Amino acid sequence: MKSSVITFPGSNCDRDIDVALKKFGFKNKMVWHADAELPKSDLVVLPGGFSYGDYLRCGSMASKSKIMQSVINFANSGGMVMGICNGFQILVETGLVPGVLLRNKYLEFICKNVFVKINDKKNKYFKNVDNEVLEFHIAHNEGNYFCTNDQLKEIEDNNQIAINYCNENGKIEDQFNPNGSIKNIAGIFNKEKNVLGMMPHPERMIDTSLSGEDGSLFFKNLINNLK
Amino acid sequence: MIVNEQIAIDHGLKKDEYAKICKLLKRTPNITELGIFSAMWNEHCSYKSSRLHLKKLPTKGKKVIQGPGENAGVIDIEDNDAIVFKIESHNHPSFIEPYQGAATGVGGIMRDVFTMGARPIANLNSIHFGSPQNKKTKNLLRGVVHGIGGYGNCMGVPTIAGQTSFDSSYNGNILVNAMTLGLVKKNKIFYSKAAGLNKPVIYVGSKTGRDGIHGASMASASFDEKIEEKKPTVQVGDPFTEKLLLEACLELMAGDSIIAIQDMGAAGLTSSSIEMASKGNLGIEINLNKVPCRESKMTPYEIMLSESQERMLIVLENGKEEQAKKIFDKWNLDFAVIGKTTKSKKIELYFDEEKVADIPVNTLVENSPMYDRKWKKTKLPKKNKIKKEDIKHLKIIDSLKKILANPNVCSKEWIWQQYDHTVMGDTIQKPGGDAGVVRVHGTDKAVAASVDSSAVYCWAHPLTGGKQVVCESFRNLISVGAKPIAITNCLNFGSPENEENMGEFVECVEGIGEASEYLKFPVVSGNVSFYNQTKDEGIKPTPAIGGVGLIKNFKKMITMEFKEVDSLVLVIGKTEGHIDQSLFARNILDEKNGPPPEVNLFNEKNNGETLLKLIDNNLIKSAHDVSLGGLITAVAKMCIKGKKGINIKKPKYLINEIEYLFAEDQGRYIVEINKKDFKKVADILNKNAVHFDELGTITEKNIYINSKTKVTIDELSTSNKSWLTNYMSK
Repeated sequence: MKSSVITFPGSNCDRDIDVALKKFGFKNKMVWHADAELPKSDLVVLPGGFSYGDYLRCGSMASKSKIMQSVINFANSGGMVMGICNGFQILVETGLVPGVLLRNKYLEFICKNVFVKINDKKNKYFKNVDNEVLEFHIAHNEGNYFCTNDQLKEIEDNNQIAINYCNENGKIEDQFNPNGSIKNIAGIFNKEKNVLGMMPHPERMIDTSLSGEDGSLFFKNLINNLK
Repeated sequence: MIVNEQIAIDHGLKKDEYAKICKLLKRTPNITELGIFSAMWNEHCSYKSSRLHLKKLPTKGKKVIQGPGENAGVIDIEDNDAIVFKIESHNHPSFIEPYQGAATGVGGIMRDVFTMGARPIANLNSIHFGSPQNKKTKNLLRGVVHGIGGYGNCMGVPTIAGQTSFDSSYNGNILVNAMTLGLVKKNKIFYSKAAGLNKPVIYVGSKTGRDGIHGASMASASFDEKIEEKKPTVQVGDPFTEKLLLEACLELMAGDSIIAIQDMGAAGLTSSSIEMASKGNLGIEINLNKVPCRESKMTPYEIMLSESQERMLIVLENGKEEQAKKIFDKWNLDFAVIGKTTKSKKIELYFDEEKVADIPVNTLVENSPMYDRKWKKTKLPKKNKIKKEDIKHLKIIDSLKKILANPNVCSKEWIWQQYDHTVMGDTIQKPGGDAGVVRVHGTDKAVAASVDSSAVYCWAHPLTGGKQVVCESFRNLISVGAKPIAITNCLNFGSPENEENMGEFVECVEGIGEASEYLKFPVVSGNVSFYNQTKDEGIKPTPAIGGVGLIKNFKKMITMEFKEVDSLVLVIGKTEGHIDQSLFARNILDEKNGPPPEVNLFNEKNNGETLLKLIDNNLIKSAHDVSLGGLITAVAKMCIKGKKGINIKKPKYLINEIEYLFAEDQGRYIVEINKKDFKKVADILNKNAVHFDELGTITEKNIYINSKTKVTIDELSTSNKSWLTNYMSK
């Protein structure tokens, strides 16, 4: 399986996701934001970090990078595109997934483990994951997902919510919502479910020595689904 | 402007210093030259009051590749890997403007590390605030934490450990010390020594603006009512540019075109160019019209003294300019050839085709003032005798809860949750333990780091306090299973012109030197911050020690939380019952006098090294050093983190229960072992003549003391975790 990770100026989880993808069998290539062409890929990842220093609005400048036109075309033709954290912020700015990401409700950066409940498994990202609940890790200042009521209705009607913040038993309640996201949304799909944007970092959970191992589950499953 | 004595005094120079400048130059300096002298000769850059004493610190060792004198210290961690590290203060700016002050402190220390070719892999910090009741404290704390996070998070470098304290002596002068560790290949370390004639001098990074002019002079003065006016001397940070600068520099460093590189930190272009010339015994000629400027009509004076952030000065091999420029273009950073190295041994500056400065480099560096300031020795205070009636009515559990909720002991999760501590994917011990630990990427090795200070002990008796801080750093590294290698120090004190403050400095340094010599834990880098005082009132002496150690196999790392019910808990090291200057004495008994606990270096070394042996033999399940709040506080924290209880039986020796539980005797660790390993462990401890007590057995969820006192871990956990969150949300 071939993957590509885009490096924007200010990306800082590009190495982490590169390590994770390779660990689980992807042949990964790093792609510079100013390139025009995407290498042939089965998966494109927009990594976390602070592309363009979060200036103007998180993700907004990166969404206009030269490479992004190819990424958008790739996504529109059914290619798998995953945005993690700042990558998610870039995805909403391109309009590939609906909604926006506001500043965290308590106005502070949060770095901690969270639990997320998988809402939909009829897609290549979560199909065949045995668990209902995964322990992931978040590290962000602007992860407060917001959209209009009409958008929310459409998202729910199409089953576009990927994961919701919850407790270890899968209970989705306000007290388990770290950032104020509407409906505890931690990640969403586009309509076709080939594009996934999510705030948590599965690449930081790929080793028992780290924060946990549920990221390994996610990547192992992902590469199998793509085969 | 014609320079005169008054203008020199306004620049923070003393009368005799100005006279010396005129004598060295054999003429009156012009204003640009005066600015350069004032920047180079202030306390922050010249170490004029401290140099004499810092010379006494042990700085060499088998593992030391580079000691003090470079941008940062470098130690060997085997297999051609080396760790570059340093701690630095940003106290004055952080009090004036907490967000930018703290942020640029973090930015500055990271630059010191990647200037040497190392990729930063971990940040730490030691931050100290006034009393929680002081009306400024909350905003300063919030601003500093946001600033540290704002910069470090954006850079993508994990903040893995730190220390926060509150004390009314910091009411008018908070302390913000930032530390960074970087990883480099031993054969790819870059230094700041220029070499060769007619080599191009390159400016890279951000453009120069008017921010931070005279920042270093501001950091060398005391505060008074007018501090608000100093806001414009605080630099403004841009972590995004620094991230680009980091990547661009490392990309350039992968080749072989750099002769010397130096970041523009305090005193900007002035100190960076002069340091490179001085170390290379060369001259430097700069055309200031070539310096990329952010604002129009900047004068030579402003350009030379600006402390705009995220800039570097490089001496390049001839003919490599184009190749280097391509890299900086790729990262959208300024790149300008601004001058060349010369044989004149002078710093010669040109602006609008006129020579605007002409100063022999040695007058700025070797001839800079050095003072043997007067200082006063601190006598060891007399021991207090605790009266039985003072403690008779005290309940152990109430005191324990109070101590766990004390601002200096309570959980700092509110702070470190705002720092990205997991980016780079190698953090295997997060903040909240004895030391932070990161793996050396792609290897079995890990590096542990901690930062410590004990202002109360240093205040009570600087010599003992100085020793104690080094020992605490040593213990914190050992507690996670790391072999301590070297330290960096950030020496925060009041005015060196005050005999008592100077005495605190001299004796703390003596104590640090003695301990680091004995423990073979040399000082490889550091920074001195004097004048932490408002009007006549100085802070408590606060040397902060950043220690670094190596874990050869990261799977052997130890954490502090209790692991298993029925495990046996031991105290390594002897408890003598020293209560003076303990948290218990100061906060429960309200007794602020007396000596700090004695430091026995033999025991420190022996106990620590023996514990490392036990760890190496896989006999230790968890470990934690005993510090503030004594034995019971250490045990309670291990219980809280592990969500386990313990059944404690006080050994039957002389001292009473309160002294046994709350004393802050040094050289002690709490360890958890498997019952079946007891004989093996006891044998090793006995063979090495290490005193130990059996403290008790791990239980489900309560702490029992001598079967008569009981408290649930949930209760203790609430005491420990709620203070800071509540304080910040009020």
